[in-house]
Amino acid sequence: MKLPDLTELALRNLRESLLRNSLTTIGISVGVASLVAMLSLGIGLQQLASRRLMKSGLFDTVVVTSRRDLRNFGREEERSGPAPGESRILDEPTRKEIEHLPNVSEAYPDIRFITELRYEDKPHLTMVAALPSSAKTNDAFEALQGHFFSGDAAPEAVIQKAFAEELLGKTPKAGLDETNVAELAGPLLGKELTMRYAQRETAPTAAATAANDKSAADQGISGAAYSVVSRELKLKIVGVADLDPESMRGPTRARVFLPLKLAESLHVMQPTDLREISSAASDRPLYSSVSVRVKNPAQIRTVEDAIKKMGFNTFSILDATRSLQQFFAVLDLFLGIFGSLALAVASIGIVNTLVMAILERRREIGIMKAIGASDGDVKKLFFAEAGAMGILGGVVGVALGWAIGQVINLGTNVYLKRQSLPPEHFWSVPFWLVGGAIVFAFVVSLLSGLYPAGRAARLDPVQALRYE
Amino acid sequence: MSSTGISQQKSATAINTAAIHAEQLCRHYRMGETVIQAVDGVTLEVRAGEFVALLGSSGSGKSSVLNLIAGLDRPTSGRVIVHGRDLAQLSREELAHYRLHTVGMVFQSFNLIAGMTLAENVELPMRFAEIDRAKREGLAREALGRVGLQARMKHRPSELSGGEQQRAALARALINRPQLLLADEPTGNLDSHTGTEILDMVREFNQQLGMTVVMVTHERALAERYAQRLIFLADGRLVADEANSAVVATAGAEGRA
Repeated sequence: MKLPDLTELALRNLRESLLRNSLTTIGISVGVASLVAMLSLGIGLQQLASRRLMKSGLFDTVVVTSRRDLRNFGREEERSGPAPGESRILDEPTRKEIEHLPNVSEAYPDIRFITELRYEDKPHLTMVAALPSSAKTNDAFEALQGHFFSGDAAPEAVIQKAFAEELLGKTPKAGLDETNVAELAGPLLGKELTMRYAQRETAPTAAATAANDKSAADQGISGAAYSVVSRELKLKIVGVADLDPESMRGPTRARVFLPLKLAESLHVMQPTDLREISSAASDRPLYSSVSVRVKNPAQIRTVEDAIKKMGFNTFSILDATRSLQQFFAVLDLFLGIFGSLALAVASIGIVNTLVMAILERRREIGIMKAIGASDGDVKKLFFAEAGAMGILGGVVGVALGWAIGQVINLGTNVYLKRQSLPPEHFWSVPFWLVGGAIVFAFVVSLLSGLYPAGRAARLDPVQALRYE
Repeated sequence: MSSTGISQQKSATAINTAAIHAEQLCRHYRMGETVIQAVDGVTLEVRAGEFVALLGSSGSGKSSVLNLIAGLDRPTSGRVIVHGRDLAQLSREELAHYRLHTVGMVFQSFNLIAGMTLAENVELPMRFAEIDRAKREGLAREALGRVGLQARMKHRPSELSGGEQQRAALARALINRPQLLLADEPTGNLDSHTGTEILDMVREFNQQLGMTVVMVTHERALAERYAQRLIFLADGRLVADEANSAVVATAGAEGRA
């Protein structure tokens, strides 16, 4: 029998026992809905975690340091390659070279220094770091009070909550809830901070050049004289961050952030300048490290390898994402198994319905065989009925699962709102899950139809025709 | 040539020319400890184009013989050869193909599928034969028209009288143009007037299309009126095989054989 005829006959037969077949189909729908609900929760949570981690900037970032930076030297993978003294330095041309590597979205220097900031004539010593404008999307700035830098070179500062507390002379009391960042931001936003810093200036004096000409030329440190000048810069506090965007940096984390271009233009004395005395005096800045943002976290390994080939040390939190993926794979598996249990119960319903149908339609099967239906035709007809219930149940189930997801999402967000937490979308029904769930329901239904279809096909037509 | 050789040659010729050749046909059923011999050593022959009636009381084995000829059942021993093919040698699939293309069946209880309209019932064998929908609809309309039911195509069997249902069953039986029409008590559920109408149609198809007809009945009068040959069964055995002189053999029936 041809497929359209088979489908038409199957649907006609399903309509004949509408109530029973509808109940069976609802059973499948509930099974599929539970599967979809469970898996979409797992997928949604995974996406939420990935989103959060992506926003944290930790998982799509490779930190590049020169091999001359001996702090990192000695690790197994870095023992190969040139000796530290002979390896490349991390400067502007190198940064540009890295930025042009495939899959790299940006590479920016890590400018970071300890300095003194005066607020209302009181000095405060802290670590200051520069941030590119792309850091605006970092989730630490999600609940930012005020705003992010208005421009990449604007004389503005975003300060971290702990530093804001220090400026206002508030120390958090142990055991009490943390201070509300909005309260801290109120008196600080728009106020001025005076930053005192050490600027590196190239200062080749005539005497020095003449005296050191020969030896300097021999060692390739021509013009290696520079001076350090104390400077002041007035910064406007434009934002107070609740979370710490540099929580992973440990002791080197900064509490005050400046726009990247502004920080670059200041030529603040960096620890690298002391190590690289031969190049420090040049106009070209040297970087202690460069942060490289990768377009897709999956490309991190490729980018890291490419940078290593250039002769630099790299660091990324790649392994952490791997264990995270593994965790969610196991979670999805368990959720899938629990979800499938309901579908397994529904499949028993299909077997029951079809076995009942054989009993009811025994005579009909006999008639069909008497007028020329083969065993295969009868078998296919029962398969088609099981498959049609599966597809129908699958489609309704996916819709039901999606609706359950929306309701739970809504309910949870209402709860989160009451807890003063930002709403989250932790429910995701991707297209592959929609298609997969329907196909799965179809396959489970066909498997459930195996026994009834086989039994119907084997019916003795003479016996079946005698059946009243 | 020896007499045994001559008889074997005659037998082979008979198998080749007969529409149906049953030889020492047995069908035994086991019910617990008891063995029921529904058909017990029946040997018969039906020529192509012939109208034969199988007569006997209830339990005489006439329906069992018909089921064996229809390929719905397999003999315990003996063989049935239809148009040169030994049904016992056919696989289940081949038997289904045989029932679809060679045999048309009509039953006492009509056996139309209740959930389908008349047109759908008549189309059903064509669906199994994988005939295109457009062609199928035309053929079903034509077949129902031939039995006078064109106006009832969209009706369900429950909306029709017994006679109309049997006419629809007849249209379904003939839709794939079978060589053999097997009718099991086709008038059993009908009044005598309607029964006559149905058998008139059967005779018409027999004569016009040259179709071989085997009809099971327990009504001797009807059999004598329509069948060219009457075969009597009792307790599963063939007890008499008589030509019916009252029915004039149709011209050409012998010739076609």
